Formats: sequence, C-alpha cells, structure tokens
Amino acid sequence: MSLLEVTDITAGYGETDILDSVSIELHEKEIVSIIGPNGAGKSTLLKTIFGLLTPRKGSIKLQNEEITGLSPDRIVRKGMGYVPQVENAFPSLSVHENLEMGAFIRTDDYRDKLEEIYGLFPMLLKRRTEKVGRLSGGMRQMVAMGRTLMLDPKVLLLDEPTASLAPLLIRMIFEKIIEINRKGVAMIIVEQNAKETLKISDRGYVLAMGRKVFEDSGQTLLKNEEIGKLYLGG
Amino acid sequence: MAELFIYGVVLGSIIALGSIGLTLVFGILRFANFAHGDLMTAGAYVALFLVTGLFSWLGISDNPFIPLSFGLRMLFAIPISMITIALIAILLDRILYQPLRKKKSGTVILAMAALGASFIIQMAVLILWGADSLFYKPGVLRPALELPLEIKIRPDQIFIILIVSLSIAILHLFLKHTRMGKAMRATADNPELARVTGIDTGRIIKWTWGIGGGMAAMGGILYGIDVQLHPGMGWGFLLPLFAATILGGIGNMYGALIGALVMGVVQQISTAYLLPTYKPAVAFIIMILILLVRPQGIFGGRS
Repeated sequence: MSLLEVTDITAGYGETDILDSVSIELHEKEIVSIIGPNGAGKSTLLKTIFGLLTPRKGSIKLQNEEITGLSPDRIVRKGMGYVPQVENAFPSLSVHENLEMGAFIRTDDYRDKLEEIYGLFPMLLKRRTEKVGRLSGGMRQMVAMGRTLMLDPKVLLLDEPTASLAPLLIRMIFEKIIEINRKGVAMIIVEQNAKETLKISDRGYVLAMGRKVFEDSGQTLLKNEEIGKLYLGG
Repeated sequence: MAELFIYGVVLGSIIALGSIGLTLVFGILRFANFAHGDLMTAGAYVALFLVTGLFSWLGISDNPFIPLSFGLRMLFAIPISMITIALIAILLDRILYQPLRKKKSGTVILAMAALGASFIIQMAVLILWGADSLFYKPGVLRPALELPLEIKIRPDQIFIILIVSLSIAILHLFLKHTRMGKAMRATADNPELARVTGIDTGRIIKWTWGIGGGMAAMGGILYGIDVQLHPGMGWGFLLPLFAATILGGIGNMYGALIGALVMGVVQQISTAYLLPTYKPAVAFIIMILILLVRPQGIFGGRS
C-alpha cells in the first residue's frame, strides 16, 4: 500500500496550468526524487501536495485518506511535513525557538524530541540561542528540517534542500537526509543536484513541461543515457 | 531644557503604547491601521464613562490617591477599558478588515476602510460625549513636584512613565517567553511559513488586535489623565504614531518604542523654539526625513 498517492493532478497559478495530469506515489520508508529542468513544475507539485495550491483536477491521498483541498495547517496535523526552498525558517527567532514553533500544535512534553533533533544536528545545539537570520544557508536548512521533524511526520517533502550550498554542506545535508530516512520517514525530494539525489533515492520521477516523462528506480534513471544527456548534464 | 526632555519622555511613553500596537498589527497583517489613534480615543472615553458614570453609580470612592489626581475608580477603569477596546479591535478586524483580506482587496481599499472606521469611532464619541474638551476630574489642582535641574513634574506624570515601563516589560516577557508570544513573532516573520508549521494564524491575529487595542486604550487614558480628553485626540496622535513606527522600522516592536520616545522628546523640545501648535509639523518633518534618508527605519524593519 502506498503512503502517499497523487493521481492525475492538474494545477497551476491563476489561469495557467503548470502541472498536467501528474501521478506519483510514495511507499513507506522510501526516498523518491523528482528531477527535471527549471520550470518543469517540480516545486509546484510539492506545493500542491501540501495544500498551498488547490489542484484543478486529480486527487491526493495520504494513507488512503483524501487530503485534496485541505489547508496546509490541516495537512501538517495528518503527518506530512514540508520544507520550502527559501524563507524556510523564522529569521528573528532563535534556533531553539524555531524548533519550538515546529512543535506548536503538540500538547504533550516534547523535550525528548528536541534532544533527538539536537542529536541529529549537533551544530544547532551550539548555536541554539542565536537568531536564525544570522546563520548561514546550510544552518538554516538544518533548522528548517529540524523544525519540521518536531511533529514526527511520516512523509517529508523537501524542496531543493541543497540549493546554493557549498559542496561540503551538500554532502552533509544528504547524509542527514539518509539518517532521517533510516528513522522511518518517507521523503519526496525535489532537486537540482539530480545525480546526487538519485544516488540516495529508491525511485525517481522526471518531470518536463509539467508532465511526467520517466519513472524508474534511482539507479536505472542514473544509468539511462537519454536522461543523463537531457537532465543530468551529460 | 531638562524639563522639556522629561515631558518628552512622558509624551513618548503615551505614543509608545499606540505605536507598539500599530507596529505589531502591521508586522502580522502588513496593514496600516489608520484607526489606531481612534482606539486610543475610544479607550479614554470608555474610562471616562466608567469613572464619572458607572463607578459613581456603584458608589466606588472618588477620593484621589494623594499626590495623584485620580483614585480607585481610575485604577479599575484602566483594565476594564483596555479589555473593552481589545474586544472592539478584535471585532473591528472580524467584521471589517478580515472580509476585505479574504477578498484579497488592495492596500488602498484597506486603508480607506481603516479611515472609515476612524471616522465612525470619532463621530460616535462626538455624539455620545460632545465636542468639548473634558477632564476625568475637573477643577482639581495638580501641583507639581520640584526636582533638581529646575524640573517640575506632576506625580501623575511619574505614574505614567512607571506604568508604561511596566506594561512594556510585561509585553516583552510575553513575546519572549510564552508559546503564544513566540508564535506571534514567528507569524510576523513569515505568515505563510507559520501556517505551514501548523500555527493557527487566525488566533494569532486575534491576539495581536487584542494586545494592540488594549495598549492603545491605556495610551488614550494616560493622555486624558496628563492633558485632557477630546474626540479628535487619537486622530491627532496618528502622525506621531506613524512617525515613531517608521522611525523604528515598521514591524519592529523595540524600534517602535525607541521611535516613540524620540518623537515625544523632539516634539516637546521643539516648543522651546516654535509655537506648540507646530508640534504635529515637527512629527511630519521627521517622518518625511526618515522616509527620504532611511526608509527601512533606524533599526530595520520588514519589507
């Protein structure tokens, strides 16, 4: 049974459709990547899944429950987390306060969870009182991921988690993604660093012009010459 | 000059109660509430109704706490008026601004709606209490204390500075240490992200209006104690409120506090050189200068 089932989604901004009948699915504990050229509709797809955009057609099911058209604050309560590409942390709040905000809807004691997040990102513990606005892009990404993990999501949507980061940090973020995945969190990752992402992905989808053009296992997509030429930079 | 400076701090404290609310509302809704000064007026008149009407009917003692000019009645009236205006502010948002936001109305439409609300409040006060200037306690002598440096200050004014400092300290603790306060700051940072995080932004908006309205009410009452009540008093505060908010960086609460103190002091000191009637002009000139030189405010605000 798939954890997340996206069927024939058509969506866009205003009058213009960006996605054209896109279907994808995510199984338990999987990492699935969505790759494709700029403007293919990758980020739009994530936003639609998370309820930031209402699809014109199609359905989205989380654990067999219809979530199409629900608002993001409802979807987050159903066990899905979303890390936007930019402006994904609260700049005037400290690292610690950002994590606390991640647990805003939790009414139980979440101190264990905080410790777990600091264990996952030890760099954050050292700078827990610092304002996030003063941190580097890599640190902010960690804050954003940590904040989303505060609610123990079953599904995590990551929009370009390594965009504009230094190579060393990119490797680190990928390691963290694998670590989070091992804890049982299934993920959909949209990435420009397509090769690196496919290496850690169970499966991948290639989007172009708002349509799904390929789907296969991560390894097969990496080996596919046509995809390599068109989307992975040769 | 030292005396004018102190008077400026008193005026600045009162402006701060308005400008902090204005800046909090702006931070979360990106909306300039032109009716904010009139919430101050409404707060002052609700207190007047309590002090001279309801509490007199209830038989609460009218004796002032010497050396202050007011007594028990005012001490009860301040919190009750604050709560009343907080509720009015929440209601105003619910029936006027929120429907317009839902329709995705433009900035101009919302500004006009706020102007309309401002006139409605002013006219309501005018109908209920008339156009004359009023006092909480007419005819009472208000002797000043003589401090060193030839500073004459009334005990009421010391009370104003103290109660404003206390309120701002409480607000600071609320924003820094409570779950709701932190969520308010998060929502001001990025409303969309707050929603994605699961924060109920509708509730945050209510809290913001409530706090902004309550503080405005206190500002209006304190001005009434220090000077007098007048249906146009809040409207007259609008310029210094906006100047203080812009000076401190729009959306920045601590900036709004400093901005208010600067506006109060500069306006009072200007009276040593200019006719007091030019005070609003001084506020206006400062506002234009900041907008020309440093539009993001001294401490930086939100875009």
